[in-house]
Amino acid sequence: MLSSIGTILVFLILALSLLIIYNAYLDLKIRDQIVKKNIYNLSLFQITFTILSFFTLIIGFINSDFSLINVYENSHTAKPLFYKVAGTWGNHEGSLLLWINILVLFSYLFLVFNFKHEKKYRLYTLIFQNILIVGFVIFLLLNSNPFSLIYPIPLEGLGLNPILQDPALAIHPPLLYVGFVGCSIYFSAAMGSMFSEYKGKQFALSIKSWVQISWCFQTLGITVGSIWAYYELGWGGFWFWDPVENASLLPWFAITALMHSVMVLERRNTLYAWVIILCLLTFILSVTGTFLVRSGILNSVHTFASDPSRGIYILFFLSLMIFTSLISFFKKCKKESYNLNLKSRETFILANNWFMAFFLVTVLVGTLYPIFLDVITDVKISVGPPFYNIVIIPLVIPFLFLMTVGPQFKWINSQNIKYRKTIFIFFGAVIINLFIYYFFGSYSVLTNLIFIAAMFLILHCFLDATQSISKNKKFEYPRIISHLGFGLLVLFIGVNHQYSLEVDFNLKVGENKKVNNYEIYFENTKIEQNKNYQSVIGNFKLIDLKRNRIQYLYPEIRIYSDPETLTYEAAIKSKITSDFYLTMSNVSRSEYYNIKFQTKPFMTWIWVSAFIVALGGFVQLILKKNEN
Amino acid sequence: MKINISKIIIFSFVIFFLSIFWLGLKKDNNYDTKNFIGNKISNFQLSSIYNNDYISEEVLKKNKFTLINFFASWCAPCRTEHKYLINLSNKNKEFKILGISFKDKKKNSINFLNELGNPYNFVAEDADGKASISFGIYGIPESILINNELVIIKKIVGPIDQKYYEEILQLIQ
Amino acid sequence: MKLEKIIIIYFFLFSSLFANEKNIELTEIYKNLRCLICQGQSIADSNSDFASTIKLVVQDQIKEGKTKKEIYDFLISKYGEWIVYQPTFTKNNLLLWVLPYLILAFGGFVIYFLVKKNRHTKGN
Repeated sequence: MLSSIGTILVFLILALSLLIIYNAYLDLKIRDQIVKKNIYNLSLFQITFTILSFFTLIIGFINSDFSLINVYENSHTAKPLFYKVAGTWGNHEGSLLLWINILVLFSYLFLVFNFKHEKKYRLYTLIFQNILIVGFVIFLLLNSNPFSLIYPIPLEGLGLNPILQDPALAIHPPLLYVGFVGCSIYFSAAMGSMFSEYKGKQFALSIKSWVQISWCFQTLGITVGSIWAYYELGWGGFWFWDPVENASLLPWFAITALMHSVMVLERRNTLYAWVIILCLLTFILSVTGTFLVRSGILNSVHTFASDPSRGIYILFFLSLMIFTSLISFFKKCKKESYNLNLKSRETFILANNWFMAFFLVTVLVGTLYPIFLDVITDVKISVGPPFYNIVIIPLVIPFLFLMTVGPQFKWINSQNIKYRKTIFIFFGAVIINLFIYYFFGSYSVLTNLIFIAAMFLILHCFLDATQSISKNKKFEYPRIISHLGFGLLVLFIGVNHQYSLEVDFNLKVGENKKVNNYEIYFENTKIEQNKNYQSVIGNFKLIDLKRNRIQYLYPEIRIYSDPETLTYEAAIKSKITSDFYLTMSNVSRSEYYNIKFQTKPFMTWIWVSAFIVALGGFVQLILKKNEN
Repeated sequence: MKINISKIIIFSFVIFFLSIFWLGLKKDNNYDTKNFIGNKISNFQLSSIYNNDYISEEVLKKNKFTLINFFASWCAPCRTEHKYLINLSNKNKEFKILGISFKDKKKNSINFLNELGNPYNFVAEDADGKASISFGIYGIPESILINNELVIIKKIVGPIDQKYYEEILQLIQ
Repeated sequence: MKLEKIIIIYFFLFSSLFANEKNIELTEIYKNLRCLICQGQSIADSNSDFASTIKLVVQDQIKEGKTKKEIYDFLISKYGEWIVYQPTFTKNNLLLWVLPYLILAFGGFVIYFLVKKNRHTKGN
């Protein structure tokens, strides 16, 4: 029954989308400034049915309704309730329904909240957004229907991958999709703007909050995903430059560039064509990312179960999107004249875009190159962390300097910029770096520069903060918070990387190992039976010889039965100053266990910094709301 | 829309990108070293599982063809492929089979061969698995067919099945 | 007697220093190698049998005094370029390494010309 309800709802969504497109097209011809009431009503029905369809699927998971093939493949009666619900979007079909929900939600909200803007523009945006919705709904119905039936109805489901049974992973997709899919609305708005010729400052104002929202959630989504990887995947890292991770990072670079360029469009009414390009590019990158992740074209630890037919459809859809937007751009966007001073904030924002483009191209080339090489020459190569680190890290240094210095310049023109305090802070940063160098251990020239640049940004943000608070310039708070967060993020990642300890050795029960100023005693193992898994728990005594402290760590090897999987749970002790990280795995046909022990300074602060970056964006949204 | 050179270039790029994606979909992205043929195997010296003698690449130079087969008593697919090895043994006077017991106890390997039959002309052991890396092995069972110049002419990743069996027969004629 | 004590102390100090250096180098190599039987994991992160064997081989080669490049070249000759995460600097990979910097240069030119255009009209 759920299947019928769900499928009918999806068909209704499709019908409503087509009706909305039709009605909007008719209303375009009516030359007034009021959007017809029936379009609002249709949109309201559309969002209602969309949310209902999603709830229908959730109910299916909660009730373990195995007549739905999607529930059968991804759930199990023994799963805890929270993970049954999270299982709804932890698979391809369910997450696609979530995509559609967000597409429709943003379509509705954009229509309603943009009542101050020109009618033609709003209608065109609505039409393009609904064309996207129609495309995704057809994809869902033809290829990835979460409401498909299976007969005879199985008694038990295939269960969910145990690695996905984690709270961080439960919220990671919804957060990320608001970012990923949220950028669809300004893709449609860009198309709408080109067709209705609603340009310049007004256009910037209409999309500004939407860019901000998608940026905030994309930042949060990526951060939460990294936190999950750190706590759950058992290798002690949080970013592997894996193709799926890169697929989420590419839109982030574009959205960040766009967020800054929209400011220029709003203030100086220039860079319109570039803003349009970025709006189109961001969602194109999102769909490209989806293509890479779901089609099976790439080899990754994160991939969904892959299916080439999905790939064909998404590629077709992506091609349509790219060609339509490209042709529209060439036809509709005329050449602009630019009036930019070197010593102006606009130029520094262009510099931001310049670096974002560099980082974006690096990650894009690194991710796609193996595919291209394989297709053209049949040679398979790997592009992993060393490539990205070598190319990106050196450029972060000038980027941090630009982030610090840029906001000191005013809009349009800055003739007399006060540089004395800035130089003073720069030397402060150099001194602090020397302090770290001499007291905590030496490092490379590159690392020195990174610390100096990051410290420079952090200190200057504090200075800017005191000045903004004293002059009550509230509108500068978001920028200061986010830039500060970014500086902290680079600093803590740098310190963490420089001073981490990582050792890999084999140990038998009863043995111990001395590593630097730590001693690790493998006391014993214990076997425990849980709801849906059996675990071998290691008992490790960790002695910090320098500080004379004792810590107990309990890594696990978990044996799940449905489906039969083996996972390794790291023992992680997170403290303010550093984390201890211990994983244990059994060496086949031997009494030995392979132990990986790591100390990771300031790990928690890396997460805090990333949240601070996102916080700035949220503060901006709150400020704007209070302003209205 | 005026057609100028930059637009043509951009459209060409887009078409190129999308075509590569399309072609990439058809490719199998599982990596294996099946096509890593044409190189010589490295020199090696492994002890026999039966006595204290050493087996090195020198003995292999005497045969026109040698099949080097990595196996272990604890490996289930090794059991299923074993009958093909038995059939291949002594098919051809100039064809010999070298078995290398991988990360296994001598006792267990000997029992395994006593139970299923010994198709090997020589049996060496690689107790810690390190020698297998020099052969480019990454999982067992895995087999390498070489000629008398020690050049690899075929690699079989996984158990030998009917198809591979016939291919080997063809190659050693 | 005192000199011997000093030498012994220095020896212990330096050996632990070197042990740490060696350990850092090992970890770096493990991280740059791909576990061939895993789905997207490095030798450092993987718990597989293959990973443990590779670790033994790398440890041996380090003890023999081989450099990182020699170890990578050895493994590439046996398993192909797929096994190392850092792409080699060969003709095949030229575009990979060069493209980002080309874009950087291109972007720089664009900004330069955008801003330069204005210099002439600044007096107005």
